[in-house]
Amino acid sequence: MKSVVSVQGICKSYGKVQALKELGFSVAPGELYGIIGPDGAGKTTLFRILTTLLLADAGRAEVLGLDVVKDYRAIRNRIGYMPGKFSLYQDLTVEENLHFFATVFNTTIEANYYLVEDIYKQLEPFKKRRAGKLSGGMKQKLALSCALIHKPEVLFLDEPTTGVDPVSRKEFWGMLLKLKQQGISIIVSTPYMDEATLCDRIALMQGGAFLQVDTPQAIVDRYPCTLWSVRSGQMHRLLGDLKACVGVESSFSFGTAFHVTLGNQTSPDELRAHLVALGHNAVEVEPIQPTVEDCFMLLSKNH
Amino acid sequence: MKQFKSFVIKEFCQIFRDKRTLLILLAMPLILVFLLGYAIKTEINDARIAVFDPSKDVETQRIKERFQASEYFTLAGELVEAGQINDVFKYGDIDMVLVFSGNFAEELLHGGEAAVQLIADATDPNQAAMLTGYASGVLADCQAELLEQYGVPFQIGTEIRMLYNPQSESAYNFVPGVMGLVLMLICAMMTSVAIVREKETGTMEVLLASPMKPVHIILSKMAPYFTLSVANIVTILLLAVFVMGVPVRGSLFWLAVASVLFIFVALALGLLISTLVSKQMAALLISGIGLMMPTLVFSGLIFPIESMPDALRWISNLIPARWYISAVRKIMIEGVGVQCYLEELGIIALMALVLMAAAWKNFKVRLA
Repeated sequence: MKSVVSVQGICKSYGKVQALKELGFSVAPGELYGIIGPDGAGKTTLFRILTTLLLADAGRAEVLGLDVVKDYRAIRNRIGYMPGKFSLYQDLTVEENLHFFATVFNTTIEANYYLVEDIYKQLEPFKKRRAGKLSGGMKQKLALSCALIHKPEVLFLDEPTTGVDPVSRKEFWGMLLKLKQQGISIIVSTPYMDEATLCDRIALMQGGAFLQVDTPQAIVDRYPCTLWSVRSGQMHRLLGDLKACVGVESSFSFGTAFHVTLGNQTSPDELRAHLVALGHNAVEVEPIQPTVEDCFMLLSKNH
Repeated sequence: MKQFKSFVIKEFCQIFRDKRTLLILLAMPLILVFLLGYAIKTEINDARIAVFDPSKDVETQRIKERFQASEYFTLAGELVEAGQINDVFKYGDIDMVLVFSGNFAEELLHGGEAAVQLIADATDPNQAAMLTGYASGVLADCQAELLEQYGVPFQIGTEIRMLYNPQSESAYNFVPGVMGLVLMLICAMMTSVAIVREKETGTMEVLLASPMKPVHIILSKMAPYFTLSVANIVTILLLAVFVMGVPVRGSLFWLAVASVLFIFVALALGLLISTLVSKQMAALLISGIGLMMPTLVFSGLIFPIESMPDALRWISNLIPARWYISAVRKIMIEGVGVQCYLEELGIIALMALVLMAAAWKNFKVRLA
């Protein structure tokens, strides 16, 4: 088997809205593949087609070498799927949920306990608690346990960390990296760009199409120009002034600073002088390493 | 098999944890039986009666005054000819008509016996029976007064006629009706809501993407409600027989067969609804308005089918509960042999098959 997932020319429309536009990609065995994009990019639709829950309008998709339309039954035996929306039984306890999904997949908690052990250990103190009463992070850990309990060969995780606090998100990704070491291929979508760097390869997705697919490092390296971080004492009017400045090609708010690219004719010193002339004090203009988010902003602007 | 068992256990767990659902499932049949059994209007106040009095003599006048004086009756009008009787029932808001014979006083005083006819609208059999009962009481009082006055025991013969529902099917009627209603509600409504809830919360997405076969998902969703329905039927029957004193004259076996067939119809309907909608509220509305209302109206629970206009009677043929209730009535109350309700059983079985097939065909193994 060359690839775990291979997709060619997948199209899907909802009425007039084109959710997926001739999408094609493949995922290698054992890979942690990230699909990064904002809400409405088509991530969930793509996941549902790959997990045999939706039919594509056109194109072919194979999971584990099986056709998603013809062999959907066989695929469903071998994949793990965690939908974006919390999809466990809120009125059953943690233990009951896990037990239920284990039997649905014709296995037992004991048989594959080693796989979920790390995750489930954190849930153990709450195992008698109803799933609906868990915190967001705990819910996602339980959902991951349930998706894993039958030892799937591929794991599809649709925005597993949306709505989860930063600490839990970090833990969650730690778990994914461990699962990867067990040889499970993982396809994960997320709107958080900072999570992208943890993937082997990422696809930047927008408007139903992939803008770029590569390793996170390669995507960052491909950033075509120097990126400047700009700060001043008057942050609230800085963005307006930057946008009005002729030499500034793009400017985005990024945490506590603005990320700015400059046209060929403009030097950072000229920008600083321009801002000082406009009454800004404590102006800082420093070159920085672009992040995946910067790349995404640039790509989606050109798209 | 293990999957199935685990799924059914899970389903029961969910039902028992949802206190409101549980209350509906277990308390509703009891409430319905008691409500319909005891809370039916048992008192009569100012019932409107019309009088057809071709005799117009002292004695009829005396009886009319008696009726007028009674707190139970109000004289609402005199009829000029017998042909008006049907019309006053239809348009006149009249509950009962009192008909005197032609030469009432003469027959009574000289012949020693005269006749009064009480005609009641038996579309509500309970009320009709009560009205004629009270009226007979008033007439008996008149008779006693005549005895006192003349010292001779005159006879006022009363003839009672029930319009529209001549057999005046008894108050036991409601038991088959409640059985039909409860099964419709629990099987169809609860099953559809339970399946649609999985769609709404997203758990259906996970179940579909699992190795579990759709047929197993459906069966394990149905099994708990089937069990609960059987339990409810048993409860209703026990209550009816031991608390209300309703007889079970016919075969218990065929009663069970009819009930199980009807449960299948209701389950299939619930499943069909669940394949058509994706929101619990929609499922509730469709099963509420689309199933409960017709069941209530067309099953003969409230309005006797015999007195419906042809068009409505034709529609009532499409309501599964109508056939079930008719069969149960024949088995329980009339106590007739199986050959008399084979038609009903056949129709219910056919409906079950057709609806199951439709639900089956409509069930999607994917999300959309």
